[in-house]
Amino acid sequence: MKDLLFKNARIIDPVRNVDAKGDLGVSNGLIVEASEVKDATVIDLSGKVLTPGFIDIHVHLRQPGNSDAETVATGGAAAAAGGFTSIVAMPNTKPPADTVGAIELLRNMAKKSPVKVLPCGNMSVGGQGEAMAGIGSLKEAGIVALSDDGRCVQNHGLMRHIVEYAKAFGVPILDHCEDSSLAAGGVMHEGKWSVLLGFNGIPAAAEELIITRNVLLAQEINWRIHMQHVSTRESVNILRYARSRGIPVTGEATPHHLTLTDECIKKFDTNYKMNPPLRSEEDRQALIAGVADGTITVIATDHAPHTATAKEVEFDHAPFGIIGLETAFALCHTELVTKGVIDLPHLIRMMTAGPAEVLGLEDYSLRPGRPADLTIFDPAEEYVIDSSKFFSKSRNTPFNGRSVIGRIIMTVVDGKVVYQK
Amino acid sequence: MQWTRKDLLGLYDLSAEEITLILDTAEEFKKVSQRRVKKVPALRGKTVVNFFVEPSTRTRVSFELAEQRLSADVVNMQAQASSLLKGETLLDTVRNIEALQVDLVVMRHSAPGAQNFIARNLGCGVVNAGDGAHEHPTQALLDIFTMREKLGSVKGLQVAIVGDILHSRVARSNIWGLLKLGAQVTVAGPATLVPREFESIGVRVCHNLDEAIRNADVVNLLRIQHERQTADFFPSIGEYSKFFGIRPDTMKKLKPETLIMHPGPINRGVELAGEVADGKNSVILEQVTNGLAIRMAVLYLVAGCVQK
Repeated sequence: MKDLLFKNARIIDPVRNVDAKGDLGVSNGLIVEASEVKDATVIDLSGKVLTPGFIDIHVHLRQPGNSDAETVATGGAAAAAGGFTSIVAMPNTKPPADTVGAIELLRNMAKKSPVKVLPCGNMSVGGQGEAMAGIGSLKEAGIVALSDDGRCVQNHGLMRHIVEYAKAFGVPILDHCEDSSLAAGGVMHEGKWSVLLGFNGIPAAAEELIITRNVLLAQEINWRIHMQHVSTRESVNILRYARSRGIPVTGEATPHHLTLTDECIKKFDTNYKMNPPLRSEEDRQALIAGVADGTITVIATDHAPHTATAKEVEFDHAPFGIIGLETAFALCHTELVTKGVIDLPHLIRMMTAGPAEVLGLEDYSLRPGRPADLTIFDPAEEYVIDSSKFFSKSRNTPFNGRSVIGRIIMTVVDGKVVYQK
Repeated sequence: MQWTRKDLLGLYDLSAEEITLILDTAEEFKKVSQRRVKKVPALRGKTVVNFFVEPSTRTRVSFELAEQRLSADVVNMQAQASSLLKGETLLDTVRNIEALQVDLVVMRHSAPGAQNFIARNLGCGVVNAGDGAHEHPTQALLDIFTMREKLGSVKGLQVAIVGDILHSRVARSNIWGLLKLGAQVTVAGPATLVPREFESIGVRVCHNLDEAIRNADVVNLLRIQHERQTADFFPSIGEYSKFFGIRPDTMKKLKPETLIMHPGPINRGVELAGEVADGKNSVILEQVTNGLAIRMAVLYLVAGCVQK
């Protein structure tokens, strides 16, 4: 592999608090000082930004079980196109990733992915919320986290034991926070629009109740619990309070919860159906405020591919979820950075150091000697999202046709260019 | 005022002028049903499919008669007999119906927005005969038609809708239609079944029957479904009836000319005492008669906008 020399880039490296113009070298898959490369391919990045590779800690790759919607290879290609160099694969596949064999299968399939696929194991057997999964063995098999995403352990006693047990193995918990009795039968946010449209609602309290539970367990056990796709105002408030008390909890926001609201559903387009649902404008503003003040430290996509056949049905009957890998950066850059909510280094932190911290990855930076996982983008390029050009196998996005600013132009994994616009 | 829609999906979409056009057209069609020969050739050569993916008797019969009196060719399709049970998607089923050169599909479905979804994918016209708890536009139009016929004008009327508002498509369509025509709407019933969110669109929300009906010109009662009790929305049918049912003594609290309406089917003795249902204030059977005229008007207007 030939050495690379990136010149004249705006280099943003949140862990080291770097935001400066400079050069960066890549040799043997590792980051090196620009002066150390030999016979390198020189890439001029004037006007472009170079950052550590983005990490998405919330991705559904659908393989095994629904490879019509996505495979590890196509999801990985979509990730590369979105600037992600590492993605965490949620375990709700068929069969679920609750055994060593399932993790080994995923690691094997991951060889076909251009980006790093980090396995996440189920915290309960089959994701059924009834018995603890083999957490120690899963850790040995290579999982980076535990989650029952899509579902949520309802039995608080079991959850407490899972957190205690996982702590001893050093595995973080990523929780889909949803009380099933409050959410039962709901297909959208419970509020003005569910009432006007006649849909069963999912109340905000369904999420807030479990976030509260998790805060109490994290405090009691002193172990990290990460709240997936935080979507409501009170969730943000509870998280803010917990973090101010030093309780080891973190939260992520998805690009869609930061940009869309429940009102979008009045057209009955199933590409606006996901769980947690799009919330009210008040919730969206609170989430943005949580991003701005550092309560929310992670952008994650909840990339959830579904075939057109699965989504082209009555809203009630459509599966939850939208894809997000190929639109996440541009949407967040447009809505958060160009609109002045946060600065660019803050967004980059939420897509690199923030998720790395959740996973316990040390020094996720551009320090020489680190693996050369890099993301390069043009912060000024305006373009229109065209889902027909996506690398993902699925097209279930509500953002097709939306104008955005900021385009991924190159993604590098272990020194290898895996995506180039 | 010219009608320009190939579909009637809900009253949310319509302007006051469009609603009035339907009501005026229905007045003309009401006269047809009073003649000795109750048939006009307005839809001769047009084919209408009544596609009911949820059980219905009165609405389906009303639509079918309306279609026949307009001289349309009519086919009825029930969900049980359709391919949906064989795993075909709704869209495929309806595309197959359209491929038979059908002009209009009258559709009922349990999922809110199912007709909106179908209408944007089809060239033929779609008339919503009820979609989940979303809309039931022809029912609301016939309710409003009856109010206008009996009380002269809808503007300024005080209309109380009582019952399970949360799960009612009739309530939602009535709310949109009545607000657009300038009526004041109160919804009432147990707090679990009457969400406060309706206040955001200018509807008065009330959990006390006496307060809700005090100055009402119209009291429209909705059927209370037994399955809501098992889902813990209220403790018992008996308690519901005690606090929200209309009994003969309730009538003393109303203005003498207040109209009692009900979309049917009635649970006698639950939301409405038999004496009141059959009493002088009740216009329940006239609603049914007017329903025919409304459906003829809607089918006639919509059919004129289907491109063939």
